[in-house]
Amino acid sequence: MILARLLSIESWKRGLWSIVRLVLIAGLSFVILYPILQKISTAIKDKSDLYSPIVIYVPEHYSWDNFKKAISIMDYWQTLINTFSLSTMTTLLTAASCALAGYAFARLKFKGSGLLFFGVVLTILVPPTTILIPIYMNLKDFSLLGLVPLLTGGKSINLLDSYWPFVLTSLTASSLKAGLYIFIFRQFFRGIPKEVEEAAYIDGAGVGTTFSRIMLPNAIPAIVTVLLFSFVWQWNDSFFTTTYLTSSNVMSLQLSSLPHNLSIMLEGGVATNKDPFYMSMVQDTGILLAILPLVIIYLFVQRYFVESIERTGIVG
Amino acid sequence: MKLGMKHRTYGQQKALWGFIYVLPWLLGFLLFFLVPLITSLRYSLSNIEAKSDGIKITYIGFENFINALTVNTSFNRTLTDSIVNVVVNVPLIVIFSLFLAVLLNQKFVGRALARSIFFLPVILASGVIANLEMNSLVQELVQQSASGGSSSGIGTFEMERFMLQAGVSENIVLYLTGAVDRIYTIVSQSGVQILIFLAGIQTISPQLYEASKMEGATGYEAFWKITLPMVSPLILVNVIYTIVDSFSSSQMTELIKTTGFNNFDFGLSSAMAWLYFIAIMIILSISTYIISKRVFYQD
Repeated sequence: MILARLLSIESWKRGLWSIVRLVLIAGLSFVILYPILQKISTAIKDKSDLYSPIVIYVPEHYSWDNFKKAISIMDYWQTLINTFSLSTMTTLLTAASCALAGYAFARLKFKGSGLLFFGVVLTILVPPTTILIPIYMNLKDFSLLGLVPLLTGGKSINLLDSYWPFVLTSLTASSLKAGLYIFIFRQFFRGIPKEVEEAAYIDGAGVGTTFSRIMLPNAIPAIVTVLLFSFVWQWNDSFFTTTYLTSSNVMSLQLSSLPHNLSIMLEGGVATNKDPFYMSMVQDTGILLAILPLVIIYLFVQRYFVESIERTGIVG
Repeated sequence: MKLGMKHRTYGQQKALWGFIYVLPWLLGFLLFFLVPLITSLRYSLSNIEAKSDGIKITYIGFENFINALTVNTSFNRTLTDSIVNVVVNVPLIVIFSLFLAVLLNQKFVGRALARSIFFLPVILASGVIANLEMNSLVQELVQQSASGGSSSGIGTFEMERFMLQAGVSENIVLYLTGAVDRIYTIVSQSGVQILIFLAGIQTISPQLYEASKMEGATGYEAFWKITLPMVSPLILVNVIYTIVDSFSSSQMTELIKTTGFNNFDFGLSSAMAWLYFIAIMIILSISTYIISKRVFYQD
């Protein structure tokens, strides 16, 4: 009898907890999804619905007008291609250079590598704002410590407003948040048993072969994590992009100048067109368009994403 | 003797390759970090004039720093604002993400879906998107009409009164209700932290929980006695990550950028950036000091 009652209290408690949990998770999920849902609802609304008192979320007149406007103002397809190629390029280069550095810091110790790793930590801690202006000046008159003028005949080259700053920084593992990626790789490589590596050495593999044939295939979770983070952050980054690129069409740049472009375009039309709410409506559509590719990619890789970080060993 | 490569020992070869592998990073570190860092320090101590034949740098000592702290109208305010923001938000974000990680680690129907929703902010809440989202007019319009024209703070206002009457200290009440009002900011900034905590919780061996259950510990006790000590190193990691992250997305960045690129006052801008860096370092070292004393390490 007593046992049965105890059991029922236990099960009551469990049932209550799962309800509380359900409410909490559903509520918080709603908080996260709300802005997106709301943007979708705004984007498919017709302009006339904006002031209609009966329309809050579900529009009365559906229309693709906002999308058409936003696409034409943002030069969407061109921007999409540009952003995609830029992000893919920096992502691949960053992952490659960070993997090399991370492996060296984890396993190929040499004199002073501890000190250099302190440098990696330093790059994580120093805010990019602190070094922004010197980098800007450096890229504007790029001389590579006086080497370039020798080749071009006394003139330094201006690298701004091209993809070169991105190529150079990601090739040398010093692009956006690269310190973090090196850290992730190092932690992961440290977690792989030494015996695996030693077996390869005994079988006659050199350092290069061991790294590319043995260690890299074992590090796929870490690689996926770094690829994803780096792709997403590059896609969304406005800090470096607005500094390096001034005229090119990249998504984050287009987004930050969308309000401005919008007001210019509407200025030419009828005066009543320039309505702050309407502008905000098109702007919301623009944001939706910008994050849409990311969300689609995320839908495909999210399972891998969640699992991979659990196995990266940032933790261990 | 000629075949020098062949005579290296195994350890030396590895060291050599290690250096070669680090080389790309080292070049980048020197070229895009160390040299700019030193240059920035030099700029902050000098007056910079941009002329047609290049820039002219004259040493003026600490004038830029004094200028930033006493003359510039917005620097002090922005700096204190962003520091207060960090001090208020970081504990909330860390506690919240630990709580959610524990929650998401339990088994329930739809866990995979819930997880993928909670990591969505990692994608969405960075850079321009977060900035633009803050001043969306339509959003406010809809919110207003949805809550019947009254301000959205009304819900927490009721709770505030209730808690004050129950005798809770006023500061705590204000802090909590403020947190409820800022729930979106907190949720959207804690994606990565949830991931890190979740990964940490999953490395705790299940035997510990089994043993404690045998001894009669409740889930509540198991959390405080097992989960919390075991993830405490990650609390440190997350606190550092959160501080760095929230500083890099604060108003201060914008101010430094406009001073540099719109007003072309590179000296002042660099001085601001250095003051900002020093402020971050102070906060980081204080919090690291406080937390690392309580962290439990396995070895």
